[in-house]
Amino acid sequence: MKYLCLIYDEEKKLGAMSKSESDAFMGEYYAFTEGIRKSGHYVAGEALQPIHTATTVRVRNGKMSTTDGPFAETKEQLGGFYLINARDLNDAIQVASKIPSARLGSVEVRPIMVFDQQ
Amino acid sequence: MGEDEAAGAGVRETVDAVYRTDSRRVLATLIRLLGDFDLAEEALHDAFTAAVECWPRDGVPANPRAWLVSTGRFKAIDGMRRRARFDASLVELARRLDADTGDPAAWDEESVADDRLRLIFTCCHPALPPDAQIALTLREACGLTTEEIARAFLTGPSTLAQRIVRAKAKIRDAGIPYQVPARADLPDRLDSVLHVVYLVFNEGYSASSGASLTRHDLSGEAIRLGRLLSELLPEPEVVGLLALMLLHEARGAARTSPTGELIPLGDQDRSLWKRDLIAEGAALVERALSSRRFGPYTLQAAIAAVHAEAPDAASTDWAQIVGLYDVLARADPSPVVELNRAAAVAMRDGPLAGLTLIDAILARGDLADYFPVHSARADLCRRLGRRAEARASYERALGLTRLEPERRFLERRLGELPD
Repeated sequence: MKYLCLIYDEEKKLGAMSKSESDAFMGEYYAFTEGIRKSGHYVAGEALQPIHTATTVRVRNGKMSTTDGPFAETKEQLGGFYLINARDLNDAIQVASKIPSARLGSVEVRPIMVFDQQ
Repeated sequence: MGEDEAAGAGVRETVDAVYRTDSRRVLATLIRLLGDFDLAEEALHDAFTAAVECWPRDGVPANPRAWLVSTGRFKAIDGMRRRARFDASLVELARRLDADTGDPAAWDEESVADDRLRLIFTCCHPALPPDAQIALTLREACGLTTEEIARAFLTGPSTLAQRIVRAKAKIRDAGIPYQVPARADLPDRLDSVLHVVYLVFNEGYSASSGASLTRHDLSGEAIRLGRLLSELLPEPEVVGLLALMLLHEARGAARTSPTGELIPLGDQDRSLWKRDLIAEGAALVERALSSRRFGPYTLQAAIAAVHAEAPDAASTDWAQIVGLYDVLARADPSPVVELNRAAAVAMRDGPLAGLTLIDAILARGDLADYFPVHSARADLCRRLGRRAEARASYERALGLTRLEPERRFLERRLGELPD
């Protein structure tokens, strides 16, 4: 099955890191990504720009409106994702628990919906 | 009644008996073979319906469980093939299920025992909400009906049914595997299973009024689960939890008066305690302790065993109980453990020593809304002759409990205070 691991971090916490701390953190991410490439779990993964770059788009009654910022203000913000291939939820949880941000923020694991192909 | 009819009635009794003892095992295996809870439940139902038809005619099979599993599986695949005429996606599924499971005659006792563990671990998967874990365990692993579970938890049957439907949907859609966890995950996952079992037990044990009979059954179900787990996975904490439940259950009859009044441990008629359960529980405590890998359940069971083996409250080995609470407070620190330790210290060193500890807990702001802390405090004040303080604490406790026997107990104590 495919699972999307949504990575939530506190931007403030990450912003408050010193250069060496943040280098070490990024180093962990490179090592993690390398690890799941080797294990065959990796499908895709990206980091997102901070939330001040976000725009929320809605269309109501045919009229589009755009607003600044993310859909909901929360303590932790969506900061990136991995799309992984995993045997089952237990396997996906194992992978997610090794994402460096699992220790600082949280990781939401969501199965990818499969539509019946007609 | 003719001979055939008599034989038929006998077989029906056999079917009923097999249902009671084996329906959960058959279900557990069918879930593995069919990969779906709902499909397996339907197959289980079809298999027993077939048994009622076939066994009187053909005789009871040598291995009824194996017969039920292979009949259930066959019916499920057959049903899928019939439905496949309308839903093409089922053709492939039916073909795969048929090929997958090989020879149904190959009956492997070990993998079948594992199926019951798989079922429990899946029902108690931490990705499911806690109340759904409980409901699903009682429904699937214990075989209680939705109505029975709803009654026991004082919820509407439709709420409960929905909780179970959602949990099954999550198992299917999120890909929760039907597995006993790997060795590395076992301690965490086992914690979550034991937690569910103990919650079920307490739900039954703490309810001693109103619909007490049906709720009491929950304790019995929890003990049955505990026995099953300690047979299949005899980890020290599994054994410790079973011991704890047996030792509590042993005192069950002495906890309330015939009119439903709550009787505290010290005042209980110990001749009502069930000696066989105490002996069994105490032996299990010994076993768990000797493993040197025990945890909070075993320690609580050890404390319960010291109480259970004392002829009366005064001759209880309070020093040993305080010592066990010290270890428990390190293994699993919590204000409730501290409160219980304080009550034991009061018995060992006198009410003032206990009161000092309880006031320290309250001063930290812990347990302010927990009625037993105020009830215990009131009791110690009463014994110290501090009537006004005792009264205030009993009243505080009364304001915090909803359970009728507890209320009556507190009101009685309040009434007994001299003015």
